[in-house]
Amino acid sequence: MLEIKNLHVGLEEEDKQILKGVDLTVEAGKVHAIMGPNGSGKSTLSYVLSGRDGYEVTDGSATLEGADILDMEPEERAAAGLFLAFQYPVEIPGVGNMTFLRTAVNSQRKARGEDEMSAAEFLKEIRARAKELKIDADMLKRPVNVGFSGGEKKRNEILQMAMLAPKMCILDETDSGLDVDAMKLVSEGVNALRNEGRSFLVITHYQRLLDHIKPDVVHIMADGRIVKTGGPDLALEVENNGYADILAEVA
Amino acid sequence: MALPQAKQSVTAARLDELKLPAGAAWITEIRKDALSRVRDMGLPVRRDEYWRFTNPDELTSAEPEPAALFHNDEGPLFADMDRLKIVFSDGEFDAKASDDLSLEGVEISRLADASNADIHWVQDLYGTLERNAQVPVERPLAALNTAMARDGVLIHVTGAVSKPINLIYLHKSEVSDATLHHVIRLEEGTELTVLETGPAAARFNKSMEVDVAQDAKFHHIRAQGRDHERRAVTHLFGRLAEKSHFKSFTLTANGKLTRNECVLELTGDDALAHVAGAALGDGAHSPFHHDDTVFITHDALNCESRQVFKKVLRNGAVGVFQGKILVKEGAQKTDGYQISQSLLLDDDSQFLAKPELEIYADDVVCSHGSTSGAIDDEALFYLRSRGVEQTEAQDLLVLAFLAEALEEIEDEDIAAALQTLLEGWLARHRR
Repeated sequence: MLEIKNLHVGLEEEDKQILKGVDLTVEAGKVHAIMGPNGSGKSTLSYVLSGRDGYEVTDGSATLEGADILDMEPEERAAAGLFLAFQYPVEIPGVGNMTFLRTAVNSQRKARGEDEMSAAEFLKEIRARAKELKIDADMLKRPVNVGFSGGEKKRNEILQMAMLAPKMCILDETDSGLDVDAMKLVSEGVNALRNEGRSFLVITHYQRLLDHIKPDVVHIMADGRIVKTGGPDLALEVENNGYADILAEVA
Repeated sequence: MALPQAKQSVTAARLDELKLPAGAAWITEIRKDALSRVRDMGLPVRRDEYWRFTNPDELTSAEPEPAALFHNDEGPLFADMDRLKIVFSDGEFDAKASDDLSLEGVEISRLADASNADIHWVQDLYGTLERNAQVPVERPLAALNTAMARDGVLIHVTGAVSKPINLIYLHKSEVSDATLHHVIRLEEGTELTVLETGPAAARFNKSMEVDVAQDAKFHHIRAQGRDHERRAVTHLFGRLAEKSHFKSFTLTANGKLTRNECVLELTGDDALAHVAGAALGDGAHSPFHHDDTVFITHDALNCESRQVFKKVLRNGAVGVFQGKILVKEGAQKTDGYQISQSLLLDDDSQFLAKPELEIYADDVVCSHGSTSGAIDDEALFYLRSRGVEQTEAQDLLVLAFLAEALEEIEDEDIAAALQTLLEGWLARHRR
């Protein structure tokens, strides 16, 4: 599904290398987790993959189902099936949540040469999805993320994911700012979307999210590289011993 | 006091070719009086403080600058709406294109006819609000309008009116110089919606005086025509009696030079005045300069006023806002709000703002704010990351920026029509 090879990325504005040769392959239907200390490059990886400005790819490649995504515009990546759940979802005053989502769904469909979703069809779908995530009608009408609590914002991200039905979902520290109940709700939302054709890359500091969203593979990232890869037990090891031991071991 | 030389020569050159229109004694008196005001004040020049951000030369010149006609494939605005149409082509009344002027609950006549007759309510009102508005700030182009307007519409609302009145201004000659003066009086408890659409002329000087009696409600929606090269100066004067409402919204897209002045006086307790505007300017094909100048005077208890002005500017477009709230002594419990904002889509465009509060009462709430900003890159990326194309994402953010001004429109059909117009404009100006 997602194949990253020897990815080197620096900042455009300053001479600073952040990713220093990331290799990562996420197979269809699998959930991979990336853990790592602050500043290891986890969020940068998610931004580079989704096409945010400000980064310069100096070497390596990233493909989604064989297609080079690094050359695509952010909206093209989205239409190709990539989705990033933001660590800090952006507030957009004046744009209604529903309008936004409907525009997004239909833009992607149009880009893929599919028919647009009718208003009635969309409404039916979003109501059902929102209910599962305990998102009330008022939240759908309000401007995108404006006045939403931390938990509401993250639930809104998952709602978007559910509506857009991407193939490759990247979750950037989705657990940050969530209490236990909210984390459970968000995780259930994610788990409901797991299927054979859909892959996940879950970026997190903490093992606790992985109690809810069970990964198939866990990677440890440090200083711009994947330094260790293992099964779900690796996350427990981090939880119990911290990163220091692992980093010392691979150094 | 002698006028400065520059003012004298501009004024003399402009007045030289003009003759007062013929009419009955009462209106001739008013016109002469207005003309002497113009002579005393002199026409505006760039050095005037009130014209600091907008060069008035093309509005005061003896001859108008020619303006090419602009064609597009859009149908007329509000075409689906049941309305009474009154059409002026280059400032001349167009009887064929207009509807019959009879409508229940309202007397409609033309200034050109009335100026030969005796219509008492008009005699008390024509030029009166304009004259009152000359203090503390001079508005010589409005006085010029009072003196020189040959035609316009006189609307006297006495009962329930079933539909809006649409003043349609067609621009057909590249060198037309049009002057129109409308007078509207809403009697107690009545309600009226006036729609104004179209570019009017190569150069347009228009005044509208609106007297709103107790408990009456006046709604004004204007879409200034989209001819790139037209120039316009407009004055909207309002006098609000007790518990009356006055709501005005203007959409401006294109236009080489537009100066919209709005001067309102809240004279009765518990009156409400909302003035809003959305302007879209693209300087790519022709310069764009848009000036909203608003002066609201609170002279009664417990009145509310709101000014909401938004401008989207690109390719060297210039936006101006001069807005003032004057709260007179004794106008306690005034609630005044003013916001002017611009969205600058590039580094070449400019927004010049002068928000002012002047308050002589101690128990009031007045706030004002003015901002200039670019498109929010974070929001743009967020939208794009969800699959929305860059141009469409930008349009969404532009519409979001304008939303607060558009929300001032009460009627949903009118709001929807203007929203569609806006979306069309944005789609044509994508790059």
